Amino acid sequence: MMAWSERLSTLAQEIPPSGIRRFFDLAETMDDVISLGVGEPDFVTPWHIREAGLYALERGMTAYTANAGLFSLRTAISGYLSERFGLEYSPDSNILVTVGGSQAIDLALRVTVRPGDPILVPEPTYVAYRPLIHLAGGQAVSVPLRAENGFRLSEEDLLSCQSSMARTLILCNPSNPTGAVIERRALERLAKVIEEMDLLVIADEIYAEILYDADYCSIASVSGMRDRTVVVAGFSKAFAMTGWRLGYAAGPQEIIQTMLRVHQYSMLCAPVMAQMAALEALDKGLTDVSAMVTEYDRRRRLIVHGLRELGLPTANPQGAFYVFPEIRGTGLSSAAFAEDLLRQQRVAVVPGSVFGAPGEGFVRCSYATAIGQLERALERIRQYLRAGG
Amino acid sequence: MCADRDKELLKLLQQNAKLSNETLAVMLDEKVEWIEDQIASFEREGIIRGYSAIVNWDRIDQDRVTAIIEVTVIPQRTVGFDEVARRIYGFPEVEAVLLMSGTYDLQVVVSGHRIQEVARFVSERLATIDFIQSTTTHFILKTYKVDGVVMEGDDDDHRLVISP
Repeated sequence: MMAWSERLSTLAQEIPPSGIRRFFDLAETMDDVISLGVGEPDFVTPWHIREAGLYALERGMTAYTANAGLFSLRTAISGYLSERFGLEYSPDSNILVTVGGSQAIDLALRVTVRPGDPILVPEPTYVAYRPLIHLAGGQAVSVPLRAENGFRLSEEDLLSCQSSMARTLILCNPSNPTGAVIERRALERLAKVIEEMDLLVIADEIYAEILYDADYCSIASVSGMRDRTVVVAGFSKAFAMTGWRLGYAAGPQEIIQTMLRVHQYSMLCAPVMAQMAALEALDKGLTDVSAMVTEYDRRRRLIVHGLRELGLPTANPQGAFYVFPEIRGTGLSSAAFAEDLLRQQRVAVVPGSVFGAPGEGFVRCSYATAIGQLERALERIRQYLRAGG
Repeated sequence: MCADRDKELLKLLQQNAKLSNETLAVMLDEKVEWIEDQIASFEREGIIRGYSAIVNWDRIDQDRVTAIIEVTVIPQRTVGFDEVARRIYGFPEVEAVLLMSGTYDLQVVVSGHRIQEVARFVSERLATIDFIQSTTTHFILKTYKVDGVVMEGDDDDHRLVISP
């Protein structure tokens, strides 16, 4: 018998088990579960985009592409970033097409983190950052976000971390899991502190297309930030293309080209048919995006209204497709609440603690779910709360 | 602006007429009274002509047949397309009548319980109307999508139950 713990990578073994896994396994065994736990759109990729992927296959486009991605796609991304967010990146040197935004985050960390580097992670936040920081040899430093600030990172939050000597900040804006958006003005104030602290920013802007009345901008477009920011984004959320696994990173040449150096050996290139579909998405898919956002917006109103009526304090999210209601009033931990709700009423939500300790007392509900399902879920939560939580 | 809100409301109702006024109000960020008033006035003005379910009849009634009939008309000085159309849509078995551009004039959609029933309608009722020059009947073999709704197929949620 192999002594696996002696054989397997210590770094990999040190990654804690996923906090979502347990709920997933439990929900999988149950029938008739309404899931508000899904972190992806319920829409299927618009047909013309799927068709572009099919057509690429029909034409026999089955070979590797350039390591950095098809030049035509990088050019389209460059044009899109310029038009949409005022970001100027050259398709030659500043853009790398990756396998999902996740790979872009992984690469960005791998090439910017030195052993033991402290990396600031405002929490609650997306679950992948900590493990990826760990694998890259860094040290995640939690920046607890405060509910009274709507879980938005403030200058004070950052300044309180000055003693950590952190070199990098990971900023997910709009936020998974809270749906909070740090708006332009606030980003400008943050930028000053970021410069003062000489931080590099890995800006996860995967939800940047899904906004509701927010004065949003990319942090890279704020004065002084471009040279110290890697923008990570992708097609998954905006175009409902999660399974295609296609994202990209845009940033300073030195970082992107170093990411490319790792990418060319670890991944070679992103799948060509997904790249062809993405090209179609940027070319003709933006009207689909706005139709989907209109639909999310209606669901957002419905779920925020519904949760508040149930007595759960709920901030109005300005982006993504998540709400983050507070469940402290039930006297339960977020994990106990989520498990209880699933067992008793078959509604799946994700405990806030999964997204970092400061998420305790809250749960994440995704409203990437049809209106009818949302209404049924709200009714079941009502039943659950009435039964005494 | 106001017309846009009206259109949004109408589109939502067209997609799902079962949404309650309360839900519609929350979704559109309007007062329930506004929703009630708008719907009442749409109904009064005949903008909303009715509410119905989209039924996949193929699953219920195997014998039921629907035909699309192309009709050419010789318009007369006193009898235009509208008058001929009126004579056609008066029959209860007629589901739709449309004036078309192209090689024929009126498109008529007729349903019946058996193929003979539709055939008899065409030969005895439709073809005999004055000013109708010809009819070409196409029977529908299978319905894939109607009013934006796919009739058969996979609308399962393929997503993982919980994902980050």
